[in-house]
Amino acid sequence: MTKTTSHSLAIAAKGLRKAYGDKTVLDGIGLAVPAGSIFSLLGPNGAGKTTAVKILSTLITADAGDLHVGGHDLAADPQAVRAAIGVTGQFSAVDGLITGEENMLLMADLHHLSRHEGRRTAAELLDRFDLSEAAKKPASSYSGGMRRRLDLAMTLVGDPRIIFLDEPTTGLDPRSRHSTWRIIRELVSGGVTVFLTTQYLEEADELADRIAVLSDGKIAAEGSADELKRRIPGGHVRLRFTDPAAYQSAASALREVTRDDEALALQIPSGGSQRELRAILDWLDSAGIEADELTVHTPDLDDVFFALTGGTVPNQPKETVR
Amino acid sequence: MSSPLAPTRPTRISLAVRDSNTMLRRNLLHARRYPSMTLNLLLTPVVLLLLFVYVFGDVMSAGIGGGGADRSAYLAYLLPGILMMTIGATVVGTAVSVSTDMSEGIIARFRTMAIHRGSVIVGHVIGSVLQSIVSVVLVGAVAVATGFRSTGATALEWLAAFGLTALVALALTWVAVGMGMVSPNAEAASNNAYPLILLPLISSAFVPIDAMPGWFQPIAEYQPFTPAIETLRGLLLGTEIGHNGWLAIAWCLALTVLGYMWSQSAFNRDPK
Repeated sequence: MTKTTSHSLAIAAKGLRKAYGDKTVLDGIGLAVPAGSIFSLLGPNGAGKTTAVKILSTLITADAGDLHVGGHDLAADPQAVRAAIGVTGQFSAVDGLITGEENMLLMADLHHLSRHEGRRTAAELLDRFDLSEAAKKPASSYSGGMRRRLDLAMTLVGDPRIIFLDEPTTGLDPRSRHSTWRIIRELVSGGVTVFLTTQYLEEADELADRIAVLSDGKIAAEGSADELKRRIPGGHVRLRFTDPAAYQSAASALREVTRDDEALALQIPSGGSQRELRAILDWLDSAGIEADELTVHTPDLDDVFFALTGGTVPNQPKETVR
Repeated sequence: MSSPLAPTRPTRISLAVRDSNTMLRRNLLHARRYPSMTLNLLLTPVVLLLLFVYVFGDVMSAGIGGGGADRSAYLAYLLPGILMMTIGATVVGTAVSVSTDMSEGIIARFRTMAIHRGSVIVGHVIGSVLQSIVSVVLVGAVAVATGFRSTGATALEWLAAFGLTALVALALTWVAVGMGMVSPNAEAASNNAYPLILLPLISSAFVPIDAMPGWFQPIAEYQPFTPAIETLRGLLLGTEIGHNGWLAIAWCLALTVLGYMWSQSAFNRDPK
């Protein structure tokens, strides 16, 4: 899934370090984001995702690191970096005292658009983000989802080529989350580079071309969603029984399994291919075992996440951790 | 990556002017949408003006003049101090709104945009100076309604009075912006800026310095409000200005430079 058509990097970081006092938040991380792709920094709360965004978007300075965004050196020419980027932070960056439309026109003025162009851009984006009706109301009266949409609309006013989105869907309802995803995909199809942080595995899996897992200030793993999943041997077939006696006899007959006595379930390691599955079924038949429920579990990002960030692989793989 | 052809980059100065103007319009919009704080702060000087003229006026004027009681004479004595106090009260609002603004996400957005960095502060400062001038005019109108008349001030003296008012407003605003920058929240900003309302009470605004205890007189005489009040009094009413004119200007310039440097360094620090 990696884009190889463009070898230019929108974001390049080497040895990025940041510490607050003696607490190291980012411990020399490296990032390489090709132009026109979606890159996701995935990690639990407090892993340093927001700090990374704040540094790369020029809000705070790094302690060390060779950092380039949009081809410009962050330390030498932050103003050129600022001209290339748009940022939607975790906390909504809208002016609550003025209306949605006034917020948009403020952005247009700060991007030095002409009066006419500013009005046109504002109207277009308000419409695109479904905010036309609320345009004349103060932003403080908006719901959480509306504020996020206004926030994102304001970020897009200057037509930035690189966009940082810090947990853009945290706290949004499913509908707003999906519409945000749709907008992000549209942006990338227009050639924009998106740097996305999220704590939702589902979101990274859904959107990102490349994912880096950040844990304790270090990149624990990096690759496409598929590459990361392949690294973790989390695939298995799960057999569940309702009769404890059947469970016990099956457990003693099949020795190489992981037992879950409470759920009366057995896990047989398997890559999930048709051939492997047939072999398991044949084996079960010959051993005379009949499970009440059989499910095939392929490794997902949850497995990767928990394996890499030091947690345990959850028993219920479909239950997304929120 | 070669940067895409940007439209001819505007010069630094025109960028600074343009962005500061945008920020000023934002602040004036805030003040117009939510005038309640500005009006509340105006209440203090107006109430004190009415209280001292109508309730204490006879006694005060008898005490100061040494002769008969004359309310309108005391009103004339009182007004310059009340006008300076009005500026102090207005900039308390500035400290509060700067502090509130700095805690908003929108400031983080401004910091990541290719705009003139100082424009955020400059917008607040110019907005606050304009507000101070409007406030002074409003309180002045109340004084005229209660019978204040300037006797024989020339056009030049009126102009100088206006200039002094603007200069004091600028100086106090920069200090208030610095206070707002370093205050963690609106309450703290309001507390930190409160001395700007209190200081006029221990100046020559209400009673002459020589009516105060001897040990206290130097404090009252050389604090920033007294020279400004004495100068304004001299310009409007023809009393002796003396060294107060230079003292007032020196105080204003010093506070402006101090407040400017304080605000800049606070703003350029990495946000939390």
